[in-house]
Amino acid sequence: MAGALTRFFKGAKPQFGIVGPLVNSNAVAVRNQQTQAPPAKTRGSPLSDCDRVFTNLYGRHDWRLKAAMCRGDWYMTKAILQKGSDWIVNELKVSGLRGRGGAGFPTGMKWSFMNKPSDGRPKYLVINADEGEPGTCKDREIMRHDPHKLVEGALIAGRAIGAQAAYIYIRGEFYNEASNLQVAIAEAYQAGLIGKNACGSGYDFDVFVHRGAGAYICGEETALIESIEGKQGKPRLKPPFPADVGLFGCPTTVNNVETIATSPTICRRGGAWFASFGRPRNHGTKLYNISGHVNTPCTVEEEMSIPLKELIERHAGGVIGGWDNLLAVIPGGSSTPLIPKDVCETVLMDFDALVAAQSSFGTAAIIVMDKSTDIVKAIARLIMFYKHESCGQCTPCREGVSWMNKIIYRFIDGNASPKEIDMLWEISKQIEGHTICALGDGAAWPVQGLIRHFRPELERRMAQYACTYGPSKAERLH
Amino acid sequence: MLSSLRTGVQGLLRASSRSLQTSSALQHDSLFVHRDTPEDNPKVPFEFTEANQKRVQALLDIYPEGHKRGAMIPLLDLAQRQAGGWLPISAMHKVAEILKLPRMRVYEVATFYTMFIRRPIGKYHVQICTTTPCWLRGSDAILKALTETTQCSVGGNSPCGKFSISEVECLGACVNAPMIQVNDDYYEDLTVEDTKEIIEKLKRDEKPKPGPRSGRFASEPLGGLTSLSEEPTGPGYGLQDALKG
Repeated sequence: MAGALTRFFKGAKPQFGIVGPLVNSNAVAVRNQQTQAPPAKTRGSPLSDCDRVFTNLYGRHDWRLKAAMCRGDWYMTKAILQKGSDWIVNELKVSGLRGRGGAGFPTGMKWSFMNKPSDGRPKYLVINADEGEPGTCKDREIMRHDPHKLVEGALIAGRAIGAQAAYIYIRGEFYNEASNLQVAIAEAYQAGLIGKNACGSGYDFDVFVHRGAGAYICGEETALIESIEGKQGKPRLKPPFPADVGLFGCPTTVNNVETIATSPTICRRGGAWFASFGRPRNHGTKLYNISGHVNTPCTVEEEMSIPLKELIERHAGGVIGGWDNLLAVIPGGSSTPLIPKDVCETVLMDFDALVAAQSSFGTAAIIVMDKSTDIVKAIARLIMFYKHESCGQCTPCREGVSWMNKIIYRFIDGNASPKEIDMLWEISKQIEGHTICALGDGAAWPVQGLIRHFRPELERRMAQYACTYGPSKAERLH
Repeated sequence: MLSSLRTGVQGLLRASSRSLQTSSALQHDSLFVHRDTPEDNPKVPFEFTEANQKRVQALLDIYPEGHKRGAMIPLLDLAQRQAGGWLPISAMHKVAEILKLPRMRVYEVATFYTMFIRRPIGKYHVQICTTTPCWLRGSDAILKALTETTQCSVGGNSPCGKFSISEVECLGACVNAPMIQVNDDYYEDLTVEDTKEIIEKLKRDEKPKPGPRSGRFASEPLGGLTSLSEEPTGPGYGLQDALKG
């Protein structure tokens, strides 16, 4: 009986037959008295200056401690530290911040992995400033113009994961940037903001700078750890993950510079503020680098999920020769597949939208190519880059990328057989996912993007070559 | 009979079309192995200067006990700076001695990282980025201007001994492309004229002003800001309730 009653009150619409719609409208009336979630955003729009995190991105103001404090850095850091680890991690979780180094792993979750009961080993925070992905130059601006945001972020992140020290691994070529950062760290030590009893919170924390020596692969987290330990930068097999066995055999978290430098502002203004930007699962603000064939290449901070076209037209002065002169865009740094013009018209700049467009958000480094570009050569040059930077540890990457490089350089002139397009595709598929780290994937994707969208162009070149010089050697051999 | 002849001929053709295997072309900018030369051999003495010895100690201090090996890359960099921009083998041996490591461990690292140069180079090491973002903005013309004005080929030293040119991968200044790095400084937003001017100044041992050449300060859009034109907000702007009071 009771069961029947419950069923009656919970009754689904079909059970009421003709009265169904009436009952349903009642239900709507009840629903109105409850709080409703605000409608989710469907796209981003330009930010106002007061909502930008990196207020000294262009170096128009002084970067030293005093000026940084005037801009609100190091404000109430003690109070944030005293709120404790769980509070900070929760703010980050609420904010929906996803790692800004390319993979987009939720930062709050990453930090919560470090809150296991201690086994006596110290914990470390490692900050990845080995920025080397072609197209990406956002961390450089943070380190030379807003270094205190990074130092403060290191302290807050260190508190959240219970680390005793942070190592900032900065690429060797950034000598002047490393020097600014080192000065900022020295200033913070002198002011008692880091070091023993940081900010008077009773928590001890050190920050060290470690300069690399020119290896793109050291941007991979385990290679970076190897490099700090004074070895060749060759990625380690995972598991064990760095959160278990990382730097010097101790639990470690590796985060990108932008992720760390954003965290103090998130803690101060609240995770909910940060989550109010961008579409669901893609929250926050982001630094975009717009390079290549645009009128005014620049780095700019904008909301996530902003349309690509709006970003280029508003900040980069549009494509050279007008929007119709656009050929293709690499949307997230060199390892992401290119997208042709018709996709660029509507695509939003966030993780989900670009995955839907068969590309990837990466580090949001937009490389614009207009119709004057030799698209095959542009991609071939990227493969050359990967060939040069492969660490040589896994065979598919070491050998496969060299093969791809040889084949694609012949594609530039069309000195190849059309069958080789499929062969190249297959090689790229054999590299992808069969290596320890993601460098192999990063080398395979640009090639796949090229074949996916520009196959007719490749075939046209081969036909033209055959027309001028006769069948290519590859054609004769097959 | 005829068909077997044909396959035989085809087989011959196929065999002949595959030319003699030669060793692969130089895959790297520099030789991986060490060859003794008058200026670079283990008998050339190397010792850190007084000032650098203090730096060595400071560098060792930032790594925990038992993991002093972490200082390898900074120490090699310090040695390279002291030796005039390149890393002699005796300096590697010195670093191995300081870190109490077999020499092989140091060789491994010195050959892996491209910033360690194991041959004598000029006073000005000019590195030009030719990766796609710079290439799109015309780095080929800059490279040509460089090799012409310095009379130095890529990967070599100029006849005057002052310049060395390397073609390198992305230097991380893509929105300021095309760019070159001379020793530690970046010169960005270059045109062919700018490049020539920089080299001419270096020939006279004057230091050209680093940074972008197009008139902008850093990475802002040229010809008017599109963001960050207002004064930055002060401390406590938009502070969340949990931190108030």
